[in-house]
Amino acid sequence: MSAADFTPADGHPGTFLSVRDLSVEFLSEGMPLRAINGVDFDLHLGETLCFLGESGSGKTVTMRSLVQLLPPTARIGGTVLLDGIDVLALDADRLRAIRGTQVAMIFQEPMTALDPVFTVGHQIAEVVVWHEGVSWSAGRARALEMLELVQVPSARRRLDAYPHELSGGLRQRVMIALALSCRPKMLLADEPTTALDATVQIQILLLLRELQRELGMATIFVTHDLGVACEISDRVAVMYAGRFVETGAMVEVIDEPRHPYTIGLLNSTVHAGSERGKLAPIPGAPPDLLDMPPGCAFAPRCPRVVGACRERVPDLEELVPGRSARCPRTGILDC
Amino acid sequence: MNATAATVDAPARAATDPAGDGRPILSVSRLRKYFRLRGGSGGVGPAYVQAVDDISFDVATGETLGVVGESGCGKSTTARLLMRLIEPDDGEILLDGRDVGGRDGMSLRTLRRNVQMVFQDSYSSLNPRHTMAEEVSFGLTAQGIKRAEARRRAAEVLEFVGLEPAIFADRYPHELSGGQRQRVNVARALALNPRLLLLDEAVSSLDKSVEAQVLNLLIEIKERLGLTYVFISHDLNVVRFISDRVLVMYLGKVVEIGPVDRVYGSPGHPYTRALIASRLSMDPRRRIEAPPVAGDLPSPINPPSGCRFRTRCPLAEPVCASVDPVLDRFGAAPAHMAACHALVPGSGHSQAPGRDAGTALETGGSPT
Repeated sequence: MSAADFTPADGHPGTFLSVRDLSVEFLSEGMPLRAINGVDFDLHLGETLCFLGESGSGKTVTMRSLVQLLPPTARIGGTVLLDGIDVLALDADRLRAIRGTQVAMIFQEPMTALDPVFTVGHQIAEVVVWHEGVSWSAGRARALEMLELVQVPSARRRLDAYPHELSGGLRQRVMIALALSCRPKMLLADEPTTALDATVQIQILLLLRELQRELGMATIFVTHDLGVACEISDRVAVMYAGRFVETGAMVEVIDEPRHPYTIGLLNSTVHAGSERGKLAPIPGAPPDLLDMPPGCAFAPRCPRVVGACRERVPDLEELVPGRSARCPRTGILDC
Repeated sequence: MNATAATVDAPARAATDPAGDGRPILSVSRLRKYFRLRGGSGGVGPAYVQAVDDISFDVATGETLGVVGESGCGKSTTARLLMRLIEPDDGEILLDGRDVGGRDGMSLRTLRRNVQMVFQDSYSSLNPRHTMAEEVSFGLTAQGIKRAEARRRAAEVLEFVGLEPAIFADRYPHELSGGQRQRVNVARALALNPRLLLLDEAVSSLDKSVEAQVLNLLIEIKERLGLTYVFISHDLNVVRFISDRVLVMYLGKVVEIGPVDRVYGSPGHPYTRALIASRLSMDPRRRIEAPPVAGDLPSPINPPSGCRFRTRCPLAEPVCASVDPVLDRFGAAPAHMAACHALVPGSGHSQAPGRDAGTALETGGSPT
């Protein structure tokens, strides 16, 4: 974290984003489906927070709800304070004004996020012209500057390239350039390296880390990959069935996971040191969000489960400052 | 799962075959597949994707051969060629020493009774209008087995992969989770009692906790049924975990092949080195500080001349552009081969070992 870029927001010294009791409900065939439930967290400028979880855990929905990028059937509850602005109270026009300038987002698949019929230079310039009211030539100059910032080789020539003319890694760099073109204070990254090959993935992760250091943004990074989380994030929030089940500094969570789901996830991830026949998978599958168990959502798969776990959802309790877990049995490390 | 102990000492097994007929189960030589592009290259003549270009390798009975590489390297095309889902342009694929088709060759039906495949997408590889029992028994009836018998067998293999037939036999794909669907795909592959399974990114789209379940299942099945696996994946850690030997592909070529510990421990090809160094550490204190290799993969439509990795290779020299490197032994391990001029004495590469350092003293005239 770079203390130099610290800009205290009103009321919350040092906090750029403050989220309280965030929930999202979708209507699914007339039935309300709770995709996320009671999410609380703060984020500082210069800090990278990772939402780690498997499919359906709510990591992407949580991220998208921060800028209301959800289908109209979604009902968002709670509060999201971004640099003091109550985001959930904004109308469409004001939302459009902060998307891109205050907050920008990058996606997994650049081919669907970029427009296939415009050159990449035009697409970046358009954002700058629209948001900052500058001329097209100034927009194009910014586009060039941005492509250089994200280390696109022969940037000037690439301004006139269409997305399909670029390789996957270059497209992802262009998308990052597009996102950063109006110098947002917060970057939302939704699995931006998942579709990339191994040798390209590490290049993009290194680029994002470097940009983060230079620009001092607040970053939220969604991933299902523990390895990616370890490379990029300062803090991590492990999600399961729409809730944070464990939060803390990345190093501490990897060294000493406290929630049985995090422990299970670590044990079932094949890493460089895994020995044959030693994988200990979590039994079963994540619950159906339309048919949730009454207590802890992880109870049906949990090796430490006790009767109380099936009765009520445990609270996310602080274990030590900055470290919490949603499990009443975190002290018992016998599994 | 103490049964896995037996697979672990695979290197101790006679390098080729416990069956004792002196032949590997699968032998591939000079296999080639180009796909013609509609509309041409924009230049002169038609354009081709050189998906698989002159590759050769053997698969020993009872082993797991891992195949790794990035997108466009030809690993899935190779699997489809082995299964004869597409016809090769050139080259030979021998199963138990016999070719497929031709006068003395085996029929497609025999091939597919012996070789089965599991695909990446568990959903699209199941027919949405088939129940699981129908899906699993379909191949059996296609092979001429009576329906009732096929249903019995389907129940048996569903049970074998951990899906209670009473619960799952009459379900449709959309009623199953991703992990369960992939178990059905494995069951369907096993129904015909094959000896060789081609697993094409079979665990890649599963969540980690489910991936581990399916990996354990695959290891257990192999042990109990004495199968041979060709395990294709982009995930280097998973390949290392499951394989006895590893084959590394880059833009349609085999760049390195060898025992898993050799390839990961002392890789010979610069691409293998870069690939292995790109693995994430899972330790926030030991982050990667510089990219192991720059740039993206070039297009397989007009791949670079000579060594296809030379455009990204830190060791590239003029010889790499003019001469195709040959997959050859290097260093001390006999079964470890790589295709790199920097490893071949007298290749004309400045980093090549001295002529007397290598095992082969003379390989004929070298381009100097």
